[in-house]
Amino acid sequence: MWYDGWAQLAFLLAVLLLAAKPLGSYMAKVFQMQRPPLLGRIFGKAESAIYAMAGLRPDDQQDWRQYAVACLAFNTIGFAFLFILQMVQQHLPLNPAHQAGVGPALAFNTAASFVTNTNWQNYSGETTMSLLTQMLGMTVQNFLSAATGIAVMAALIRALAAKGTGKLGNFWVDMVRSVLYILLPIAVLLSVVLASQGVVQTLRADVTVHTLSSSAVAGGAAETKTAATQTIAMGPVASQEAIKELGTNGGGFFNANSAHPYENPNGLTDFLEMLAMLLIPAASCFTFGEMISDRRQGHVLLATMTAIFIVCAALCFTFEQQRNPLFPSIVGQHHTALAAGGNMEGKELRFGPANSAIWTCIATGTSTGAVNSMLDSYTPFGGLIPMWLMKTGEVIFGGVGTGLTGMLITAMVAVFLCGLMVGRTPEYLGKKIGAFEIKMVSLAILIPPALTLIGTAVASVTPSAVASVGNPGPHGFSEILYAMTSMSNNNGSAFAGLNGNTDFYNILGGLLMLAGRFWSIIATVALAGSVAKRKASPPNVGTFPTHTPMFGVILAGTIALISGLIFLPALALGPIAEGLMQVVH
Amino acid sequence: MRSIIRPCLTIFLLLGLLTGIIYPMAITALGQVIFPFQANGSLISRSGSPTQSQKTAAGSVLIAQNFSGPGYFWPRPSATSPPYDADNSGGSNLGPRNPALVKKVASAIARLQKADPGDKARIPVDLVTSSGSGLDPDISPAAAYYQVPRVARARHVSPASLRRLIRQSIEMPWLGFFGERYIDVLELNIRLNRLCRKLQKPSDHPLRK
Amino acid sequence: MSSGVKKERGGLFSGAILRQASWDAVRKLSPMQQVRNPVMFVVYIGSIITSCVAIHSVATHSGAAAEELWITVWLWFTVIFANFAEAAAEGRGKAQADSLRKSRKDTPARRLSAPKRDAKAEMTSASQLANGDLLLVEANEVIPSDGTVVEGVASVDESAITGESAPVIRESGGDRSSVTGGTRVLSDYLIIQVTAKPGETFLDRMISMVEGARRGKTPNEIALGILLAGFTIICLLAVATLQPFSVLAAQLAHRGTAVDVTSLVALLVCLIPTTIGGLLSAIGIAGMNRMVQANVIATSGRCVEAAGDVDVLLLDKTGTITMGNREAVAFHPAPDIPAKRLGDMAQLSSLTDETPEGRSVVKLAKREFGIRERDMHALDAVFVPFSAQTRMSGVDIGDRKIRKGAADAVGRFVRELGGDVPKQLLECATDISRRGGTPLMVAEGKEALGVIELKDIVKRGIKQRFADLRRMGIRTVMVTGDNPLTAAAIAAEAGVDDFVAEALPESKLKLIREYQSQGRLVAMTGDGSNDAPALAQADVAVAMNTGTQAAKEAANMIDLDSNPTKLIEVVETGKQLLMTRGALTTFSVANDVAKYFAIIPVIFATTYPQLSALNIMHLNPHTAILSAVIFNALIIIFLIPIALRGVQYRAKPAAVLLRDNLLIYGLGGLITPFIGIKIIDVLIGLAVSGIHG
Repeated sequence: MWYDGWAQLAFLLAVLLLAAKPLGSYMAKVFQMQRPPLLGRIFGKAESAIYAMAGLRPDDQQDWRQYAVACLAFNTIGFAFLFILQMVQQHLPLNPAHQAGVGPALAFNTAASFVTNTNWQNYSGETTMSLLTQMLGMTVQNFLSAATGIAVMAALIRALAAKGTGKLGNFWVDMVRSVLYILLPIAVLLSVVLASQGVVQTLRADVTVHTLSSSAVAGGAAETKTAATQTIAMGPVASQEAIKELGTNGGGFFNANSAHPYENPNGLTDFLEMLAMLLIPAASCFTFGEMISDRRQGHVLLATMTAIFIVCAALCFTFEQQRNPLFPSIVGQHHTALAAGGNMEGKELRFGPANSAIWTCIATGTSTGAVNSMLDSYTPFGGLIPMWLMKTGEVIFGGVGTGLTGMLITAMVAVFLCGLMVGRTPEYLGKKIGAFEIKMVSLAILIPPALTLIGTAVASVTPSAVASVGNPGPHGFSEILYAMTSMSNNNGSAFAGLNGNTDFYNILGGLLMLAGRFWSIIATVALAGSVAKRKASPPNVGTFPTHTPMFGVILAGTIALISGLIFLPALALGPIAEGLMQVVH
Repeated sequence: MRSIIRPCLTIFLLLGLLTGIIYPMAITALGQVIFPFQANGSLISRSGSPTQSQKTAAGSVLIAQNFSGPGYFWPRPSATSPPYDADNSGGSNLGPRNPALVKKVASAIARLQKADPGDKARIPVDLVTSSGSGLDPDISPAAAYYQVPRVARARHVSPASLRRLIRQSIEMPWLGFFGERYIDVLELNIRLNRLCRKLQKPSDHPLRK
Repeated sequence: MSSGVKKERGGLFSGAILRQASWDAVRKLSPMQQVRNPVMFVVYIGSIITSCVAIHSVATHSGAAAEELWITVWLWFTVIFANFAEAAAEGRGKAQADSLRKSRKDTPARRLSAPKRDAKAEMTSASQLANGDLLLVEANEVIPSDGTVVEGVASVDESAITGESAPVIRESGGDRSSVTGGTRVLSDYLIIQVTAKPGETFLDRMISMVEGARRGKTPNEIALGILLAGFTIICLLAVATLQPFSVLAAQLAHRGTAVDVTSLVALLVCLIPTTIGGLLSAIGIAGMNRMVQANVIATSGRCVEAAGDVDVLLLDKTGTITMGNREAVAFHPAPDIPAKRLGDMAQLSSLTDETPEGRSVVKLAKREFGIRERDMHALDAVFVPFSAQTRMSGVDIGDRKIRKGAADAVGRFVRELGGDVPKQLLECATDISRRGGTPLMVAEGKEALGVIELKDIVKRGIKQRFADLRRMGIRTVMVTGDNPLTAAAIAAEAGVDDFVAEALPESKLKLIREYQSQGRLVAMTGDGSNDAPALAQADVAVAMNTGTQAAKEAANMIDLDSNPTKLIEVVETGKQLLMTRGALTTFSVANDVAKYFAIIPVIFATTYPQLSALNIMHLNPHTAILSAVIFNALIIIFLIPIALRGVQYRAKPAAVLLRDNLLIYGLGGLITPFIGIKIIDVLIGLAVSGIHG
């Protein structure tokens, strides 16, 4: 029914806002180095022990160069470890399905993908990775890449709140505290609830069952057994599923990702997983407000994200509930109480088109990229929306940490463009935006689109890349464009008809993901360093107000304008052309 | 530089151990103890009772399996190869205007109509489109009702009793609105078997064409 | 010679300037000039590329030749129009500079060996002077260089610099000791110590400033330039990648061809922010010119821009907020003293007092009691002048000692002679202070007669100005040497936000540092030498042209009119400059939407004709690109007046300004091109059918 999507959307957002506010305040405490209630007692000793073993003094403050170097060094280690782990997994324990070692190109792509929080998967989880690789490789990076995003965010917020000190906090401390006090506790809770609902959690790799129709109901005389047995892949899924959504990672245990019933068995798990994707990014807005001592600033950002999200989700589920005009008229495509209807290709029945569309907007607006339906089979305009959400730089809630970071950077562009119009040097939160800031902001904002365009152009002229395309016409172009957008913006979702497991996509994609992630991080941390050195000037009626609905509108306009202007021509050759064909049909 | 190496390695090691070994193992232990049925794949036996043994399991409530005989309710088409391959999930990834999609839908229609030539009713779209995972265990109530004439004829049961069976099997989405109403095909077919066993003599084999 | 800056104010577009600018626009096509502006350089290179394509097409008689030629022509116009904007802005400055340059002839100079008029002198020329040289300038001679008067008093004609024809007095010592090279001594003589190196005199700086020769880019301009360059690069990528995209699209759709180069260049030029890119330098130059027109010489563009950011204005009470003089408004006699006696004595004590306050006492006595002025000599009166020690003035007539002065000073005088001041009188004095007046006590011998109430006269309209400033978010702080009571009352009457009473010269410096440590930008005016440290510390410091050399050196702006309220105009000009940049940037970027709708349906038409659904303006597919390009070029011309004049500035809160400007330049920028491109397309259609019909 028409209100199905709206009801789900409203319910989800209501719960989200209720949960995000206390979590946001709690996160602010974590990053202001206060002892978190309860968990402080549980993990306090462990935290001190980690610092002692690492030879750290947690009070040591880093400037932006030290912070950036620490961040890059840590991620380099993570990358190298995951790269090697995949290639030698056949020699390691916990490989019950006897998966072979992963080839270097795919291992490179996968390592880059998980370290960068992209979680683009050119492999099929159940047929490629051992349980040890899934746990020690994927699950660990799910935590660490998310924590990296959170740490960089904490540094930027501190910079905006700083009074000219130039110090950003301590990267190691931010990592440890993010994992211990934020990611791990929520992941434990979530994974237990998921396991209770049917998300598998076992060290068995698979079971083989004798299917119901495989033999006679009675008697026992053997009948023809076309599909006598079914081998069902399993594993420690719940623990990975929880952090996969919570850390906006998105890399599935199974190839079908969250469309797989073992990852996402019912409406409740579906809801919880959606909530988990949104939770930390939304809470970060409150964290930001608390840490800069002006809650309204955080509210505006959250309101802007929410408003854009509602528009996108509503458009997307409206398109997905449309009938496919190419299907014969005997197919009933109307949505009724007893039939999901709409565009059901690639969608799970228990979710239906409306729910799937909302999920998709969440997964692409946040940098999760998890799917509970196959995006390649979306209607042209329905598929345009997730693609556009990624092209915004993933700021519609956005990735854990990176979402708010991206939104703050976008806010600085908006402030710069419009702030001049009130006749003052543009300033955000009292910090003047000078040449260096604009340079870093431009880098952070323009690198992902530049990578997307370059990647798509290179693929367009490479015959082997074009040969990977799985659909004809403009949809084929959409597949390439989507892939490049997803990797450059560290999303990870795909128009999966494109065969990505080729040397071309493995290597180019890996490079795009690494560049998209770490250039943005370096630019962000450098920006933070410069902002932290500036003194804040107190606001007055002559300063550009950034806590008003008006600023929300400006911010939304800036997001739409930047992503629209850069990508409209490319989109015209993909989803827009395809959509107009569908309309004309 | 040295000041980086030690925290870098130590913290990677400790956090890796915590999140990559301790965390999943602890959750596995918890899951196995508190929710053994769910944690082990929601497997059920031929009679529909929970089981954890490969030997007695007839399938998972959560995973679609192949039913192609006219005497069973069919699940949605699966795009995996072979179909319903629970070891390699996935969708068709065919675009909405891809001629291959139109062809695939046409062949699904043809298959349904061939199994029940007289039926000219509208076919619910979920029954001719493949799911995202290829393992969708559910069909819409409409898709179950659509299959009633065929199953009734093959099983020699009254359509009304089947419709009653379907009505009883409809599951509501979480909270009544979060998702769609659905019917688990494996459970429906187990109930169907039970119904038929009650009504029919053993000689009336359900799979006999 | 009296062609001062002021008189050069012509219309925005005087014929001569336009003619010159048109020439310069073509001359600026040299690559050396173009490469300085990245946005326009892209257009420049694009024009060269399309020229080559068009020439090739003409040579090979290709069917697309006409279309390509027209697009090429308009791309070149785009470059030329942007050049023209810059040239027009520069032209106005040049005209001003030329008239100044006439004053900077290499004047002869008489160098003295010692600071005495009869010391040995040698003749040399202005260009040979060094810092510290002593010069003698006689009547009717031009002062050869900037300097400080060390001896002499003379009237000087400064109209060459200020445009003000009334001569001013320059004398050694005090706040009127500074002279400017290029001005002329009218009477008497001056001995001057040179304070500027050759080529770095005030006049030199002023010329290079109005010419824009030394106009370094301001911080905001640099930041905006980076953003525009970044945007240009990404547009370049978006357009360049369209070529391979369109090849692949054609391959996948099995129809159509790749996009041609001319269309791509046209799309690129339409997308990159040419409007603001073309007008950016013109806006900066025009901002400086507006300062010059306000008779303010800024030492750099940076400080003009900083003026827009000012949060706090430090204003001297006297001269800025109040008229320079206080005025007597009432006599308050002591108990048992007839009012007329007080008036009489007050008048007597003030007869020789030539200060405006003294004059106003005489005037009040006449108005109130009809007491006429008396001849001091006839009375055999001896004038006792004001001194810092006694803080009183008055007359002695025989042994009658008549005094007037600060209440405490006169009180002490009375008590020393054995008298006493009635309590009521002291209360009256306090009361006057509280009301913002200044009490002057009058005594004859040991008898305290009463109090004269003097009042500061707040300038008319100043309260409104301060209210405007408050609405702009600028805090006004009055600095005065008055006691706190008086200061508070005047502050209330003038409507300033805060005041500092009993201020010492160093309290301004302290105050500025305090505000700056809170992250605020402070502006102030000053003239005296003791203002110099504060001027140097302030972010925007305006020195009066009448002020000392030290003050002028420390300031970053000099007000030729020496009008302390000019600071407010300076702030407004700074804000206007920033607003103009922001408004035109927004307009420029918002324009892109319509251009997309004009161009995209056309360039992919061979592969996906369905995209014609996006042609919501219903443009002719053959002329749509040309229409967009023409619009893109013409809009630069249409916006030149706004760039040079600046967008309208009104004192409003930032939120209101933002809303208004967003509606005008944001929404306007979105809608205008839809209309403009459609009109151009229709006109082209008419022109073509005219030719063929």
